[in-house]
Amino acid sequence: MTDKMHVKLNVNGEDHEFLAEPRELLIYALREKLNITGPHVGCDTSHCGACTVTMNGKSVKSCTVFVAQANGAEVTTIEGLGGPDALHILQESFKEHHGLQCGFCTPGMITRATKLLEENPNPTEAEVRFGIAGNICRCTGYQNIVKSILSAAAEMNAAKEAAQ
Amino acid sequence: MKDEITREERVAGLKGMGCSRKRVEDARFTQGKGNYVDDIKLPGMLHGDFVRSPYAHARVKSINIDAAMALPGVVAVLTAKDLEPLNLHWMPTLAGDKQMVLADGKVLFQGQEVAFVVASDRYIAADAVELVEVDYEELEVLVDPFKSLESDVVLREDLDPKAPGAHGPRKHHNHIFTWEVGEEVATNQVIDNAEVVAESEMYYHRTHPCPLETCGSVASMDKVNGKLTVYGTFQAPHVVRTVASLLSGIEEHNIRVVSPDIGGGFGNKVGVYPGYICSIVASIVTGVPVKWVEDRMENLMSTAFARDYWMKGKISATKEGKITGLHCHVTADHGAFDACADPTKFPAGFMNICTGSYDIPVAYLGVDGVYTNKAPGGVSYRCSFRVTEAVYFIERMIEVLAIELNMDAAELRRINFIRKEQFPYTAALGWEYDSGDYHTAWDKVLKAVDYDGLRVEQAERVQAFKRGETRKLMGIGLSFFTEIVGAGPVKNCDILGMGMFDSCEIRIHPTGSAVARLGTISQGQGHATTFAQILATEIGLSAESITIEEGDTDTAPYGLGTYGSRSTPVAGAAAAMAGRKIRAKAQMIAAYLLEVHDNDVEFDVDRFVVKGAPERFKTMKEIAYAAYNQAIPGLEPGLEAVSYYDPPNMTYPFGAYVCVMDIDVDTGVPEIRRFYALDDCGTRINPMVIEGQIHGGLTEALAVALGQEIAYDDMGNVKTGTLMDFFLPTAWEVPNYETDFTVTPSPHHPIGAKGVGESPHVGGVPCFSNAVQDAFRPFGNRHTNMPHDHWRIWQTANDLGLHG
Repeated sequence: MTDKMHVKLNVNGEDHEFLAEPRELLIYALREKLNITGPHVGCDTSHCGACTVTMNGKSVKSCTVFVAQANGAEVTTIEGLGGPDALHILQESFKEHHGLQCGFCTPGMITRATKLLEENPNPTEAEVRFGIAGNICRCTGYQNIVKSILSAAAEMNAAKEAAQ
Repeated sequence: MKDEITREERVAGLKGMGCSRKRVEDARFTQGKGNYVDDIKLPGMLHGDFVRSPYAHARVKSINIDAAMALPGVVAVLTAKDLEPLNLHWMPTLAGDKQMVLADGKVLFQGQEVAFVVASDRYIAADAVELVEVDYEELEVLVDPFKSLESDVVLREDLDPKAPGAHGPRKHHNHIFTWEVGEEVATNQVIDNAEVVAESEMYYHRTHPCPLETCGSVASMDKVNGKLTVYGTFQAPHVVRTVASLLSGIEEHNIRVVSPDIGGGFGNKVGVYPGYICSIVASIVTGVPVKWVEDRMENLMSTAFARDYWMKGKISATKEGKITGLHCHVTADHGAFDACADPTKFPAGFMNICTGSYDIPVAYLGVDGVYTNKAPGGVSYRCSFRVTEAVYFIERMIEVLAIELNMDAAELRRINFIRKEQFPYTAALGWEYDSGDYHTAWDKVLKAVDYDGLRVEQAERVQAFKRGETRKLMGIGLSFFTEIVGAGPVKNCDILGMGMFDSCEIRIHPTGSAVARLGTISQGQGHATTFAQILATEIGLSAESITIEEGDTDTAPYGLGTYGSRSTPVAGAAAAMAGRKIRAKAQMIAAYLLEVHDNDVEFDVDRFVVKGAPERFKTMKEIAYAAYNQAIPGLEPGLEAVSYYDPPNMTYPFGAYVCVMDIDVDTGVPEIRRFYALDDCGTRINPMVIEGQIHGGLTEALAVALGQEIAYDDMGNVKTGTLMDFFLPTAWEVPNYETDFTVTPSPHHPIGAKGVGESPHVGGVPCFSNAVQDAFRPFGNRHTNMPHDHWRIWQTANDLGLHG
């Protein structure tokens, strides 16, 4: 056991301060210290992406980020994307197109998808498939996930056009 | 009351069977508000972690826990010695064997549980695991079942080598059972005298269901009230409660088992694992809740492998291709303990469905189970018990026979299918297939993909390859499968003595909404959505008004759980039957309210109407209210029903798949151009959910056929213990699938449904494999073993001399 450090994180717009061992992984700080249990642990080796969050504007796998590395960061998890009163378009789209089954990969998948559509608002199917290749789903075979993301992209673009 | 809406609108308003109702589960999952076992946090909860064996076979000479116990935050370190006084150092397996909970004198596979550390947080527990000193003496390792059967090395010293096992006599100290079905002498006679015989040996490799959520449990012993609560990743929570009671001596009413949201199961979460037992014991010992959640490596190394069947087949036919006999022998590697999750009387599951979809007059199956230094398991990974093995076997044998006959494999299937008019059909190995229409399905698929055109294109490709114009071959993979799901009739199916019925209990509330509880548990299948649809149609209340609950043994009726595609065939049937009981009482209430005889009213979508006077009716909502506020002569108040359903037979979903693949012979990379899947699961409850199940099952089939493997080296080291080595396909590697269907309802199921979740996996694996093998057929390939990863495909090409 090592000495604990003082950690500051802004998660989903809220500031948090706590003590943690520097070796503690961001995913456990989120899940166990802050009770943000949307992101999940699926593999520990950064292959499955169930732990995906957005940190300082980039998709990261929070199972391979030390809390010491995250100190001072802005983090967005699935809980920060939308809630019961106003779901994110991607959350709606995953429901609409049956883009999930057991739901375990879903928080990481949707969090990644929001970032993907920020990076590339008008992706091709191949770009969507490549863009979520770091997130594994064991249930859906991805077909309806890809459909959900493409449909959300179209809807977001249509909304943007309408606003202009 | 004037009826303002049309009958069609009333039907649509129910959101009952047949519509693609959106899933009610998705609100919480899309918002990160699922409640999986690792999300459960109880006051004072401790964390457990295992010391595991680095060796595949070794004697445990000593375990020193002093340094671990000295670490601040460590509360306990349990070893077999601590569990022995409770008689919990071993536990019974589902297959009638027993398994060490913690190493008792020796270890028999790499990753075996040796000691259980309990500490105040997961990091301290992990640190303490490193501080437990175990002194091992290495023993000779047996990873090959054939060598194991000849070795002097005794793996299971706890068993009397002369005494019979749970499934009869044992031939050798490392032999577990012999299981035989069918007529061996008659089969051999037919094969020996046949015009054409094809033989093949095939290894269906060891793999793992690997759901994205690993296994885990949180046990909480409330010593004040004497009540034990266990939350866990249980596909069969009620059975876990019974087992926990039998093992611990705690009366069953004082145990509550809860399966919360489960992050995929696929068979991994059927068994009982040492981690569950240790978390329970640790909570009893410490008096506070104890959580155990395995990591991915532990999951792949220690819980629930699947397959590992060495299969040897002979199939005979006339010169015209009519199959006359089938002989199959399997050497089944069960690992260190026989922990296969099969109904008691079926040590090789339903492997005797291996005559497949074909009218084969005589057949024989023999299976020998063998101990090796590998992890225990033998679960049905996204299939009914061992059906993937059976279907892979027959679909490969058909291909090999087609080569022997120099015949088109699609035509060979067609002339041997069980014909529509033969159902119900009793197969040579005993099963009575309830229904089917194979020719219609097959013809529909072959037409949809322009099968003849594909064969022409393939022949042209071979010529182009030979001329040096391309380095890509084209494979056409075919498979036709018949599943056997919905275990099962209590008369021949039980798990640990518990008959495999299932159950549904419905309670209608006064205002016309309802709660229904079932003995199953969803792991992503969407039961809360689809069971409500069955009930909506049966009882005439909107699915939106029906809450489905499963997985809490304190509230749900006893059931055998969700695996082997049994939820819809068994619990779905119970739901329909319970719904009909509700309707029967509602009919009496309606008749009373309408002042007519019971027989003068009839059910119509969401109401009872007076026959011949449709303007006189009572809606189910009105009837529900009346059940609670009117004193009806001769009727008890309330509107509830329960049904325990013992199915008269299994259901037999089937399907026809075609895969078109291009294979680069120089890189070994297969590119799936097209995959066409027709499934017949009988009555379709929710087409959207069915399609989702098919996409998922096909993708797991792709994984198994094209790379997913639990591989060991000669020392018994697991070579595929992380997702770096264990293949889970990403979106990048998975094609879009085309789905199709026919509907042949099950004649004995109340709503005609057959189950679908596992069909695509069962039919998909041989289809992908056949596509690879078919690409090499023109160059002399007969059979190569899965998984067809890039290296093995390259090697096949190389062996056939295609690299010049």
